[in-house]
Amino acid sequence: MITRRSLLKGSAATGLTVAAGGLAAPAIAQDAKIRLGYVSPQSGPLAAFSEADQFIIDGFLGSDAGANFEVIVKDSQSNPNRAAEVAKELILDDEIDMMLVSSTPETTNPVATTCEAEEIPVISTVAPWQPWFIGQQGDPGTWEPFDYSFHFFWGLEDVISVFTAMWNQLDTNKQVGALFPNDGDGNAWGDPTVGFPPVLDAQGYALTDTGRYQNLTDDFSAQINAFKAASTEIVTGVPIPPDFTTFWTQAKQQGFTPKAASIGKAILFPQAVEALGDQGHNLSSEVWWSPNHPFNSSLSGQSAGELAQAYSAATGRQWTQPIGFVHALFEMAADVMGRTGDTGDADAVAEAIAASQVESIVGRIAFDGAGLPPFAARNVAKTPLVGGQWRLKDSGGYDLVIVDNSDHPDVPTGGTMEPIL
Amino acid sequence: MIWVDTVAQGILLGGLYALFAAGLSLVFGIMRLVNLAHGDLIVVGAYLILLLVTLLGLPPFLAALVAMPLMFALGWGLQKFLLNRTLGDDILPPLLVTFGLSIVFQNALLEGFSADSQRLPTDALTTASVAIGPLNLGVMPLLTFASAVAVIVGLNQLFYRTSLGRAFRATSDDPVTASLMGIKPASIFATATGIALIIVTIAALYLGLRANFDPNIGPARLIYAFEAVIIGGLGSLWGTLLGGIIIGVAQTVGAAINPEWQILAGHLAFLAVLLVRPRGLFPRAND
Repeated sequence: MITRRSLLKGSAATGLTVAAGGLAAPAIAQDAKIRLGYVSPQSGPLAAFSEADQFIIDGFLGSDAGANFEVIVKDSQSNPNRAAEVAKELILDDEIDMMLVSSTPETTNPVATTCEAEEIPVISTVAPWQPWFIGQQGDPGTWEPFDYSFHFFWGLEDVISVFTAMWNQLDTNKQVGALFPNDGDGNAWGDPTVGFPPVLDAQGYALTDTGRYQNLTDDFSAQINAFKAASTEIVTGVPIPPDFTTFWTQAKQQGFTPKAASIGKAILFPQAVEALGDQGHNLSSEVWWSPNHPFNSSLSGQSAGELAQAYSAATGRQWTQPIGFVHALFEMAADVMGRTGDTGDADAVAEAIAASQVESIVGRIAFDGAGLPPFAARNVAKTPLVGGQWRLKDSGGYDLVIVDNSDHPDVPTGGTMEPIL
Repeated sequence: MIWVDTVAQGILLGGLYALFAAGLSLVFGIMRLVNLAHGDLIVVGAYLILLLVTLLGLPPFLAALVAMPLMFALGWGLQKFLLNRTLGDDILPPLLVTFGLSIVFQNALLEGFSADSQRLPTDALTTASVAIGPLNLGVMPLLTFASAVAVIVGLNQLFYRTSLGRAFRATSDDPVTASLMGIKPASIFATATGIALIIVTIAALYLGLRANFDPNIGPARLIYAFEAVIIGGLGSLWGTLLGGIIIGVAQTVGAAINPEWQILAGHLAFLAVLLVRPRGLFPRAND
């Protein structure tokens, strides 16, 4: 919305830019650094995604390519409105050349929408591409490619494929129970046309979907009773961590133990699995990045394993999956700006992004439309997705072991799927 | 048989809500202070217990015992030096201050403990259950319920059998007259908040054992506590327990019909009670 105040503020800022630009631009342009804006949820409920940000940015600025950049970091506070607001600040006040944004549609979408409107190139990641693309476009009749927004990650079709491949490794009765909450993820996963139901149907799995429950539910006995009644041997879903802990604890109390539990989101971070005590053994999840992925950084030459180790050494914490993707975001920035003649020209930068062929630490990133429907081909690049199981270590704590790579055989497996006992 | 199980699980869940609500009920009953930071104080308690467990290697139940006097001191100090200054004819200042406190606690915890979701270390007890007839009732929910009943019984004894309880009731009825009788409302209030935070510690223990917690989870836990207090009738402790049970049972029964209705059913039960008994089930004589 344009209010009198924001209009005045906006025109004052642009007025100043023009004035300053006219006088000083030729003199500074020679040694000015390229300005990158970076938005991520550093506080609030999504903050776990951003724990490695500072480590990655320090590493980027310390690298040879990074010396040409200035990174201005803003916190979305896990709030979509705040994310749009700081994006605006970065564009108007800090006059960034390119925006980077990561972690969940709640952060990537408002920032990308703002950038698209302000004609600033933006690269985003760590959100499945459907909520990113469809979430910004709305009605399918009006879908059209973005001019300045680009996104690399995997999609819902990859999770479905990975999960069913993992279940196919086990001998089960093909009865699946679903925990789909009433939020963006849950509704997408449970969608009767693009979600799990049609694929499971085609592969001969029967789905017990009890409906969309509210997040932070304290009791799951209704779902457990329904799963028991259908003699479910597989559980899947995309609950938030506290809900999965409540569900899993209650299921054990009521004597319900499925052979496989493939859960998105809730058991992404090792801390969340450790919260289950010794009850997290052999829970399975989608894996977007791990220290065993056979990729190297185009910035530092580090392998995935070396990056994870450097993170653990610097912070004393276990690696998490977003580390690789935040690192890849800055790889993209360095690569794109290295190929752009005039880094201040938004159209030239957007063109360079679209032409990217980056061998990054999360795999190859190229906007060539591979594995994507035509409407998303220009703006989305897909990265590999495999399946993993959390295994309890003898020394305590959990390791994520990759057990299925049928979609991406170049990522090595560390074992095969084991049933939960 | 599923219906019996559903109601039993709902009653046990009600125990958890009553435990979350008891401290709130106590503070509201005595000084008409709506503490919007109550949920965050439960999370603070959970982190304190976690800290004691990891630093001193205590089992969670013992750590909660150690945490109780610390939490009492926190509550006493908070009331004495901050909240007492906000009490008066205007109901807005305490609301604003406790709302602010809620944000302060959340961000202080985020700074100190990061956003990782945490849980108190669990053992076999967490997933243990006892078979009663055809029902499998979890040991942990049973303990939670028993603790809620014990807390309510304990508070009632305190209120009606001790001189401190007499002072509580007197101050609650008429602080001016009570102070004519030599009672200092300010220090009575401080003691009451201290006791409320001891109950908060018990709630924190079960919150931490039951599921994950993180710095931002407090406010979500507050809403059911509020509803339990209001359904039960302001100032009535047994009412709070019954209010918790009504919400818990409404939720599980709603969920048994359709899981999409679980949370909604709790809220509807709350509205239905208010419609029939606007002042709650057991309101005190005159407020």
